[in-house]
Amino acid sequence: MASLGELERAVMDLLWAGHEAATANTLRDLLAQSTEATGGAAGHEGKELAVTTVLTVLSRLEKKGLVERERGTRPHRYQAVSSREDHTAELMHEVLGSAPDREAVLARFIGSVTESEAETLRKLLGHI
Amino acid sequence: MFWTSYLLAVLAIVLAWPVPIFLSRAQWPARSPFTAMLLWQAIALAGGLSMIGAMLVYGLEPIGENLIAGLRALAGMVLFNAPTTALGFWHLFALSAAALLTAHLVFTLLLTYYRIERQRRRHRELLALLASPSTQGAGTVVISHDSPVAYCLPGGARSVTVLSDGLMAALEPAELRAVLIHENAHLSQRHHLLLWAFAAWRQALPWLPTTRLAQESVNALIEMLADDVALKTESKATLIKAIAIVASGSAAAGPGADFQPAGQTGLALDGLETAAGVTGADSARTTASRVSRLLSPRPQLPAALRGSVVAGCVLLLALPTALLIVPGLLG
Repeated sequence: MASLGELERAVMDLLWAGHEAATANTLRDLLAQSTEATGGAAGHEGKELAVTTVLTVLSRLEKKGLVERERGTRPHRYQAVSSREDHTAELMHEVLGSAPDREAVLARFIGSVTESEAETLRKLLGHI
Repeated sequence: MFWTSYLLAVLAIVLAWPVPIFLSRAQWPARSPFTAMLLWQAIALAGGLSMIGAMLVYGLEPIGENLIAGLRALAGMVLFNAPTTALGFWHLFALSAAALLTAHLVFTLLLTYYRIERQRRRHRELLALLASPSTQGAGTVVISHDSPVAYCLPGGARSVTVLSDGLMAALEPAELRAVLIHENAHLSQRHHLLLWAFAAWRQALPWLPTTRLAQESVNALIEMLADDVALKTESKATLIKAIAIVASGSAAAGPGADFQPAGQTGLALDGLETAAGVTGADSARTTASRVSRLLSPRPQLPAALRGSVVAGCVLLLALPTALLIVPGLLG
């Protein structure tokens, strides 16, 4: 399997799709399955994905506040903190919000637009 | 040295108040956004320099011929316990104020940098998990969201342009190209550095209305600069359509939708004149002035005028510097 970044993404996809907490072992098996299913390069290189790698990925995700560990159970079970949709909404809020201190973070093609202005632009579109 | 501090104070006041107000109301920046951008930077830099300089020169007046001699004498007092009797209460007050203002400006600049970087890193982390690579080229990703959104997240080699599903669905290929060129222009012209500096200036001196004016103007100018780059390869009609489609779509979905300032009558369709000027939200004005300058383009400022604005910028920076450094100037 490829870089840690790609693994993080794969693990989050699994946690988001699964809706329930999973152990590192379960995740490793699921990851192995999905690479086999797609004829992944992992098999060719003869590299088995180690549970410790999955644990590394999970602790990175935990540090980023994306994954949480269930307390008290052993082995630890991990789940996503928020759904994919919530995270997308968080991002879009950051993008579409009009707080002046956010304006320096990214450059939008179009800033926030008032309804009356949008109406004018819609009329304009009709004319073009 | 005595008159120097008064001249610097006058310059600081002129640059802090009337000049930015006139410039923010002027029509010509839309014709030559690059020149206007230079002028805003010169005003901000010279304003800060003369503000600090005025206090410094006033405070050092009893102990030095010029700034360098004064600072040397001051260092002697602070570091080697030279006698300080030459400095009165107001001199010390002015020196402390100058030191505090300098520290405040520098710290705010750094703080703003860290805050922006932190937000960008978080944003990039989430994008790495949520967005998928786009067919539009390297450094472009697609996020699944219905409203038409396009933006770029600067970060050196990790800079990324983000498009939403909604945008891809709403735009024709040529319009999409115009949007991408526009966003890439932001990145290649390093607009984020300007946004950072002016955001920090506003953060540092929020009570100074001109820091808001400057930030708004700079925000509008970078959009015009990016539009001009897009116009080199895409037609005007394509760009206008792209702006209109994205703007009307994002009003329906974005949080900007419920924000409607009182007395906002909208834009006159014929010509979309920006005379509506001061009403409305910052970015609404930005979009309006962008579209109006595309619909009814006016020629670039004549080269001679642009040249004199640039010369004015140089003079703006040279004047406070000369007043500070040259010994005995204006006695």
